[in-house]
Amino acid sequence: MKTRQNKIMGLEEAVNKYVRNGSHISIGGFTINRNPMAAVYEIIRQRIKNLHLYAHSNGQGVDELIGAGCVKKIEIAYGGNGKFAATCICFRKAVQKGVIEIEDYSNYQMTLRFLAGSMGIPFLPVRSSLGTDIVKKWGFSRESRLKDPKLPDEKLITMNNPFGDWLNTAKVVLVPAINTDVTIIHVQKADKQGTGRIQGLSFADTEQAKSAKHLILTCEELIDTEEIRTSPDQNQIPFINVDAVVHVPHGAYPTACYKYYDYDPVYLNDYAGWAGNENLYKKYLEKYIYNIKTHEDLINLIGEKRLKAIKANSSTGYATDLIRS
Amino acid sequence: MKYTSREMMTIVAARQIRNGDIVFCGTGISMLAAMAAKNINAPESVIFFETGAIDAQLDEIPMAVADSRVMFGASLNGGLLDAFATMQNRITGKKVIGILGAAQIDRFGNINSTVIGDYFNPDVRFSGSGGACDVASFVPRSIIFMQHEKRKFVNKLDYLTSPGHLDGADGRKNAGLAPGGPEVIITDMAVMRFHDTTKQMYLHGYYPGVKKEKILENMEFEVDVSMAEEVRPPSLEELKILREKCDPQRLILGKI
Repeated sequence: MKTRQNKIMGLEEAVNKYVRNGSHISIGGFTINRNPMAAVYEIIRQRIKNLHLYAHSNGQGVDELIGAGCVKKIEIAYGGNGKFAATCICFRKAVQKGVIEIEDYSNYQMTLRFLAGSMGIPFLPVRSSLGTDIVKKWGFSRESRLKDPKLPDEKLITMNNPFGDWLNTAKVVLVPAINTDVTIIHVQKADKQGTGRIQGLSFADTEQAKSAKHLILTCEELIDTEEIRTSPDQNQIPFINVDAVVHVPHGAYPTACYKYYDYDPVYLNDYAGWAGNENLYKKYLEKYIYNIKTHEDLINLIGEKRLKAIKANSSTGYATDLIRS
Repeated sequence: MKYTSREMMTIVAARQIRNGDIVFCGTGISMLAAMAAKNINAPESVIFFETGAIDAQLDEIPMAVADSRVMFGASLNGGLLDAFATMQNRITGKKVIGILGAAQIDRFGNINSTVIGDYFNPDVRFSGSGGACDVASFVPRSIIFMQHEKRKFVNKLDYLTSPGHLDGADGRKNAGLAPGGPEVIITDMAVMRFHDTTKQMYLHGYYPGVKKEKILENMEFEVDVSMAEEVRPPSLEELKILREKCDPQRLILGKI
């Protein structure tokens, strides 16, 4: 029941309860910021497979899920990680080897697809991608779409403006709604009932959150209901959408969490090196994920020194003068 | 004063930005060009990210458009939905200039940032569109950064990710896209633009010391070079601001 007062759960329990083999899933954040990494690592630890992943530009989390073999199909706009990886390495290798099936959209299209899902409508129109291969080339064939009841029969549809030339527009592209089985987002603050507060850019987290059948909220800080309700105008995630609240400090690590900590350039650069080499990547999975019990253990393994280096400056919200090269 | 190729490209791009422009930036050299423009020639331009940050302060160089450094000191922090709507919007969208990059470009300024080889069995997979296709579809002007190599200036794209002028003069109109499209291509050798009527790429300028023949040798297709002039190198003032104010750690500019 999504209106219950207390949804606090452990991460292992929440992932076990809502993320299944073959689930259709999305995660919050964008490239190197506010990915729900603790939950991503827990999914990998629980050896969940055959996920159908929907992503706009959720770099690090998406790449790790792919690298660990959790993903079968992906619908995505951008598989990169800023300056840390022009193209995410596990993503690139998996697509080149045909290990995962991929469907390409643009960032706005993916965002509108989540919005349509959150609004309960089957599609939304957009003026982007007309004349491009995003319209012409389908990663998932029509036959495979027709066979899969969880996918729309069409990737997208181009149509003439049904309002004639209203707003001087001849054509629009219709993109189909997404309703995931489960979405996981990491927020700065939440209460036990699941009201969530994102600080800084919200990316497409609110649309993703509201398009999900089940929503797991991991949070940096768990605060009293009374406190979170003193400034309701600062809250974006309604508790009526939330199934589980998990308190995980450093839950976005090694990606950033505005006002709390920066991304860890050491981890992200090391990761890029490991991801390029099969043996090193196996060792990475063992050491940093499989042999770790909880996210707290990972944080302890990383150690005080590195955590201190990435601690956010209270005024800027990031680690000022952090060595990032 | 000596300058690097990256510094030249950044300054040439910055000069394209006008006061009053809303500059859509990606990661890397594009945000540096926007920062340079704001500090040099277009103080009232606005740096704008697809992640939803408007007029970020950028005290430090962001490593991605989602870096917390784009959030600090911004006028507001929104999300993707607002950011792309701003560009599709008939009023605000007209003010936006996009800065893009790609793996391949064709004579009409269409770009590929998705795959090399067959889409269904790619030799190399790249990041994909991200917001590039949206920006290229919506906004009236864009700058495209390219490395000047034959394998990048191609007769036929392996995948058309983001629309330029599509198949020429009326390409965008016939497809139903908003008017506009790419305005200028900035490479490590030259500046290319598009003919008003045919929308074909032509050589507008070459960098000091670069021969027109060399530029053509590094492209699969021929372009008109008859109007080309030498591009003015960065001035001392421009270089000083770029190096000291915009990227003192040389995170984007790289080594001298």
